[in-house]
Amino acid sequence: MDEEDTRDFNERCAQCSEVNWGLTDGGRFYCRSCHNVTERTREVVNTDFITNSRVQTISKGLKKQEKNDGGCEWYICEGFQLVLKKQVEALEALGVCPQMKDEILCNFWRCYLQKSKQAYCKRPAGETVKALSVCGSSTDVDSDPERPSLLHLLSLSESEGDLQTDCSFTSSVSKVSESTSVYSGSVDGSLYLMKNQKENLRMTMPMTLSFCYLALLWVREPITLSELLRFVIEGHIPYMNVFQHFPEKMKLCGLDLKIFCVESWPVYEEVFNKMHELAAFLDLPRFPDITESCFLHPDMLCMKYLMEANLPDELHNWTCRVVKKIGIGEVDFLTLMPGNKSTRKVKYDVLAAAVIIVVLKLLFLLDDHYEWLLSEFAEERNRNNTEGGRYFEFKKWYEVVKRSLDVKQKKLDEEKAKYLWRCEKPLFYSVKNKSKVLKRRQMVVNLQNQFGKLSGSVQRAEKPNPSSFQLSWSEENTDGSCFHGHSLKGILQEKCGLLRAMNPDYWLCTVKLCNEKLCGHLAHYKEVEFPQSYHFVLGLFSFLLRIQPSYIHDEVCMIEHRLFNKKLCKKLKYNTVLRKLKRPKTSSIKPM
Amino acid sequence: MDSFLEDYEEAPSVVVEGKKRRRRRRSPATQAALQPPLHLPFLPPQSASSNEYKLNFKKSKEACLNYIQDALVQKQWKRAAEFLTCYVESLEKDYSREHIGPSEMIWRIGTEILWHHSQSRMKEFSCFMEQMKTLGVKRYLKVCLEHVFHLLCNGQIDEAYQNLSLAESWRFGEQTAIQDKEIKLIQAYRGLLDYCSWSKQKKFLLEHGEDGFADLAVEQEMHGYFRKAAVNLKEIIKIPGVWDVFVKCYVDLLEFYGDHNEAHQVLNEYAYNSKFPANPNAHVYLYHFLKRQGESKKSLISALKILHDIVPSHELMIDFNTMLQKSKKRKKRQLGLEVIFAALDYAGWKENAKAWSCLARQVKQIVISEKHLDWIKQEWNSRKDWWPDFHFSRYLAKRNWQENKSLSYEKALVAGILLGKDCKYFKYVSHQGCKAQLKRFRMLKKIVTRHNPVSLRICGLPDSSV
Repeated sequence: MDEEDTRDFNERCAQCSEVNWGLTDGGRFYCRSCHNVTERTREVVNTDFITNSRVQTISKGLKKQEKNDGGCEWYICEGFQLVLKKQVEALEALGVCPQMKDEILCNFWRCYLQKSKQAYCKRPAGETVKALSVCGSSTDVDSDPERPSLLHLLSLSESEGDLQTDCSFTSSVSKVSESTSVYSGSVDGSLYLMKNQKENLRMTMPMTLSFCYLALLWVREPITLSELLRFVIEGHIPYMNVFQHFPEKMKLCGLDLKIFCVESWPVYEEVFNKMHELAAFLDLPRFPDITESCFLHPDMLCMKYLMEANLPDELHNWTCRVVKKIGIGEVDFLTLMPGNKSTRKVKYDVLAAAVIIVVLKLLFLLDDHYEWLLSEFAEERNRNNTEGGRYFEFKKWYEVVKRSLDVKQKKLDEEKAKYLWRCEKPLFYSVKNKSKVLKRRQMVVNLQNQFGKLSGSVQRAEKPNPSSFQLSWSEENTDGSCFHGHSLKGILQEKCGLLRAMNPDYWLCTVKLCNEKLCGHLAHYKEVEFPQSYHFVLGLFSFLLRIQPSYIHDEVCMIEHRLFNKKLCKKLKYNTVLRKLKRPKTSSIKPM
Repeated sequence: MDSFLEDYEEAPSVVVEGKKRRRRRRSPATQAALQPPLHLPFLPPQSASSNEYKLNFKKSKEACLNYIQDALVQKQWKRAAEFLTCYVESLEKDYSREHIGPSEMIWRIGTEILWHHSQSRMKEFSCFMEQMKTLGVKRYLKVCLEHVFHLLCNGQIDEAYQNLSLAESWRFGEQTAIQDKEIKLIQAYRGLLDYCSWSKQKKFLLEHGEDGFADLAVEQEMHGYFRKAAVNLKEIIKIPGVWDVFVKCYVDLLEFYGDHNEAHQVLNEYAYNSKFPANPNAHVYLYHFLKRQGESKKSLISALKILHDIVPSHELMIDFNTMLQKSKKRKKRQLGLEVIFAALDYAGWKENAKAWSCLARQVKQIVISEKHLDWIKQEWNSRKDWWPDFHFSRYLAKRNWQENKSLSYEKALVAGILLGKDCKYFKYVSHQGCKAQLKRFRMLKKIVTRHNPVSLRICGLPDSSV
C-alpha cells in the first residue's frame, strides 16, 4: 500500500537527499532513511471533481500531473472574472443594489471582453481558435453535472442564452504550446503579459476595482472611491490574496502570480485613472446624471465630511454657496462623460473636502494668526454667555479633533505595520520550489503561533464592521467634544441683509496653476511653505480620504482659481513684471 | 566636466526643460570633439510621489521592524512579540525568486524576546532555535552556539554538551568549510565543558581521596576528560584572539598535571605574540602564574610593566608599586612613584586607602631623605592644576574624614607635602585630627610643618618668598 502511495513522490529528502519515502498514519511523507517527516501530505486531488468517491493520491495520472499539476486549463480573463464576481458579491453584501452585478458589471465585463477581443467576437483570421470549454481536456471531471462553466460563475439572466456557444477565445493555443519557455499555470499567462497594452487595455488587479467603481458610479451608489478603497484595505472587499477563492483546479504559478498576486495597497490615483481609461475604452455613453439629490453631489458630500470633521452644521450653507458660485454643482460638470477629454475628471470626495477647506479659509483665513484671534473672541463670548448656543471656537475644535486624529493615525500606522499579506494558500513560482515554499509557510505559521502566544493580545481580532464614518462625534456626549451645533455668529456680520464673513482678506495657495497634463499636478504642496492650520486641515481630510495631502491641495487650488478667476486676471497682469523677478509663493487677495 | 555637473543636477527636474537648456549651452565644436559623449543618469519614475505613499509589502514590514525595535528598547516584550508575529511573514517575501530574507533579524529578535519574556519556557526556546537552524545554513553554527549559551545560562549542561557534539558533526557541503571558525569555537566550548567535568571529578577525588574512597575508575574518567578538554582547548588558543576563559582552563589543566613548561609557554604566547589583540588579562594570567611558580622579581616586574602600559588603573598596580618601592635600583623606585601617581589619576582609585598609603609612604620617604625631590616635582607638574580639585577639595576632606579616617590621614599627608600646610584638605583634616586628640594626626602636622619648605620647592616657588 505504502509503496503505491509514495511511488510518485520522488523529490529528494531535504535532510539526507534520499528518495525513500513512507507514509505516516497522518498521511504525511516521511523519509525511511533519516526519518525526517515532511510537511507534504498525500495530496487529495479535487474531491469534488472525482467520480468515484475514493480518495486519490498524487500517484494517479503521473503524466497529466506533470502537465498541469492536476489543474484544469484556464485563461487569465477567467481569473479576473472570478475576482470581479467575488468583489461584486462582497459589495452586494455591503448593500449595493442587486441589479449592479448582473445588469451593470456583467455587461461592462462582457463589453470589455469583446472590445479587447477576448470573447464575443469573430475569430481574427489566421489564428487558431479554441472554444471555451474550460475543463474539456481533463477527463474524469466532465461527468460532474454540477460543475459550472467558469464564465458562468458570474450568474447570467436566462434570456442571455448559453454563453458557451457564442463566445470564443482568440488566444491561440498554438502560440501557447506546451513548450513555452515562460511558465504559467494558466493557458495564456505568458502571452498575457506580452500583449500590447496600449491597443488592448490590459486587465490588472487594480483595474478590477476600477470596474467595480465604474459600476457603482453607473448606479449612483452612495459610495466614494476613497471609501471603496478603504473597504478593500479593511478586507471587506476581496482584493488581496483573492486567488485563494479560486477553485482548487485553477492552479496559479509562474507568470500568473505576477498578474494575480497583489503586493501593495490599491492607490487612489491609479484606480481612478484606470477607471476613466476603461470607460473610454468601453465606449460607454454618458453616465446617469449626478444631481443635487445624489450622494456624490458636493453639497451632499460636504455635509458628510462636515459631520465627520466635527465642524459646525452652519458651514454647510457656505459650502453650498461656494459650490453654486463656481458651478461645480452643475450636472454637466459632475456627470461622467467617457472619452470627453476637454472636461476635468471629478474626484467627488476630494472635491468636497477641498470645498470645505476653501470655506474654512474664507471664514478663518487659516494663516496661523487670524483663526486664533477669532477663537479668542469666541471664547470670551462663550464665557459671558453661558446660556443658549455656543460660539464656535477654532482652538477647542483643533484640540479635540487633533487628539482624536492622533489616536486614529497611530492606530492606522500600527495596522499598516501589522498588516498580514499572506494567506493560507501558499503560492509558488514553479513546482521546483514548491516544497521549499510549503516548508517556509509552515515555519512562518509555527513562528506566528509561538510569538502570538507571547504577544498577549488576541490574535487577529474580528474585522470591524464596515462604516462610512471613521471619526464620529455625537451631540449626546456631554463633554462638549461635538461642534455640530456651534454657531458661527461671532465671525459673521450682516451687510445689506446678507451675512458676510468678518474676514476681509484671503490668501491663495498658488498664483498660477501648473498644467496638469504635463506635470501631473495642478499645484505643488510643500508643508513648510504653508501655515500650520492649513496643513492640519489638509491632514485631517487626507486621513479621512486616505489620500495624500497634495492631492487635496491641488483641488483646493483649482477651486480657488475658479472662485477668484476675475480678480486674479487683473492681479496677474499687474504683477507680471514683479513675478519675473521673483515668483511669490502665495498672494493675498480680497474675497468675493 | 563643468557641463556634466550641471546636466547632472538638472537631471531630476522635468526632462523638457533639461533638453532646452542643453541645447542652448552647446559647447563649441572643437571642444565637443575632445569630450566623450555625455551619458545621462536615469530619472526616477514620474509617479514617484504617489509611490511613496503606496503601502507595499516591503514598506509594511520595514515599519513593523521599527515598531519591534522601539518595543525592544523599551523592554516591552509582549508588544515586540506582537509585532514580530506579523514580521515573520517577511520570510516568505517573494513568491518567485531566491529568498533573501530577514531571517537573521527574526533569529536575533526572537531570541531576545524569548529570553526576556516572562512567559517563555526553555522548551519553546529550544524549539525556536531548532527552527532557526533550518532557516539559514549560512549561520547554522552561530545559531547552535547561541542555543548552547542559553542552555548553559539555564543550567542545562548536559543538553548543551549534546548540542555541541551534534553541531560539531554537522556537515553541509561547502558551508562546513566556510564556517570553519565557528567549528573551532564549538569544539573549544565542548572542551570547556569537558574541563568542567574534569574539575568536578577532581574535586570529588580530592574530597574523598583522603578517606580512602578513591576510585580508580573515577580517576580514569577524570583523565579522560582531561585529554578531551586539552585537545580542543589547545587548538583554539593557537588562533589569534581573546580566549581568556579557554587559556585559564588549559593552564589549570597543565599545572595540575605538572606540565609547567607548556603552561608557561602558552601564557607567554598569549601575552606576547603580536598577532593577538592587546589583552590586559593575558599579562595578569602570566603574572599570577609566575608568582605561583615563585619566579624572580625581575620577571614579575616585567610582566606588570606591560600591564601598566596598557591599563595604568589596574588593581595589580598596588602590588607593582610595592615591589618597585622595595627595589634597590633608583630607576625602579622612580617607576614605582610614576605607577602610583598614574593609578590615582583614575576616579576608581579616589577612595582607595591602600593606594594612598603607598603614595604617602613613598612621598614621605623622599621628602625626609630630601633625595630625588625632582621625581615628585616631575609627577606633580602635570597634575598640580587638577589634582587639588580632584582629590583635595574641602568637600572631600569632610567626607573622607567622616567615612574613612585612615584614608583622610594618608591623603592629608600627601596634600600637606605637595600643596603646603595651607592647603584646604590638610588644614581641615589635621584640625579635625587634633580636635579628636589622635596622636597620629599630631605627628602628621609636625612632619608637614617641618618639611614645608620642601613642598614649596616642589611647587616651584623659591624658598625666600615665605
